[in-house]
Amino acid sequence: MVDVRPYRREQPGNHPPYLYPDYASTVKRAPTRRLIRLEQTLTEVTGPVFTGGWTGPAIADLTRAGAGEPIGERIIIAGRVLDEDGNPVPGTLLELWQANAAGRYFHDGDRHDAPLDPNFTGKGHVITDGDGAYRFLTVKPGAYPWRNTYNAWRPQHLHFSVFGPAFATRLVTQMYFPGDPLLPLDPIFNSTADETARRRLVSIYDPALSEAEYALGYRFDIVLRGRAATPMER
Amino acid sequence: MKRMPTASQTVGPFFHVGLARPDLADLTRGGRAQGEPIVILGQVRDGDGAPVPDAMLEIWQANAAGKYAHPEDRQAKPDDANFVGFGRAFTDKEGRYRFTTVRPGAVPGRGNALQAPHIAVTLFARGLLKHLFTRLYFADLVQANEADPVLSGIEDAAARRSLLAEKVNGAPATYRFDLVLQGEGETAFFEV
Ligand SMILES: [Fe+3]
Repeated sequence: MVDVRPYRREQPGNHPPYLYPDYASTVKRAPTRRLIRLEQTLTEVTGPVFTGGWTGPAIADLTRAGAGEPIGERIIIAGRVLDEDGNPVPGTLLELWQANAAGRYFHDGDRHDAPLDPNFTGKGHVITDGDGAYRFLTVKPGAYPWRNTYNAWRPQHLHFSVFGPAFATRLVTQMYFPGDPLLPLDPIFNSTADETARRRLVSIYDPALSEAEYALGYRFDIVLRGRAATPMER
Repeated sequence: MKRMPTASQTVGPFFHVGLARPDLADLTRGGRAQGEPIVILGQVRDGDGAPVPDAMLEIWQANAAGKYAHPEDRQAKPDDANFVGFGRAFTDKEGRYRFTTVRPGAVPGRGNALQAPHIAVTLFARGLLKHLFTRLYFADLVQANEADPVLSGIEDAAARRSLLAEKVNGAPATYRFDLVLQGEGETAFFEV
């Protein structure tokens, strides 16, 4: 008999639905059948561990990708990966990708008429430390048009991918910037029904994180699912 | 202190920028992992039957002995230092993907039930605001599949069939597992 401690189920409104017609690409890609409830087994409560260096050397400083400095406003993004009970999630892989300061991705499929920057690829990854903490130095990404509707622009954002301790805790999300006028118009941001949940996708400007005369600091914590039943709750 | 989980957001179309890393589609580390090498391949299609060229699949599985490379798997079974158990692949222009791995051993389920050998699969794509969870089972393991608690709990025969990877010609042993997001042959996805 194998003892499995499952992770909490998703709460309504916390995450976007699959079908959200304002985001046109969901219409032909959202499953139409009801998802089948799976009781978590050893398969779901385990997941990749990031020891042994198989993910390659960390890239925490995205401004060092080329021979020179990338164009743009230097920013520091830092925070912690936590679970719902506030426990740190140490030793987990956090991957980051983003557009350059002009709003262009270093990607063949990006046809936006904005310049590429030879000194910026927009790719980074780190393993969280013992406190679940991480820190990246990068440049602020530009907004970009995306043809979802006429003249639609994505707000400035960074893409984050994080694993957590199990296959069940896997999360891909996006981080936004405070005060962005495009946020209320963005269907991807607005696809999450709960206003508090949306607000948590917006980073917080933190003067304490800023480096004087060098870079602005934004704080962004990522919260993953916690365990379903803790001894306290029983 | 209780915190609200961070909401999922789509990977968008440009995830290759940050998520491509070498060799993650070959879980055998160039043949060094123990066990029988197998190939898993297939196509991802949308509600029009059109290929999905901007999708990413991740897989998670036990080693050949049926043990996960994770501290919570405390079974008395051999570990394999050359097998992480995790893979990642991107679809190409025709929506096709391919993994090389080893055949997973069986792992226990809830209670005393033994699960049929399977691979956990997650699917990410532009247009998916959250990733999807499914499982791949091997169609030729008929008896094990019949006894599997997850498969046998699915009443709809078409949904059950959508989780079975069919053996196709090829060496090493090759299994085809298509993922259909919508409509005819829609893959059964799980709420985990
Ligand atoms: Fe983006």
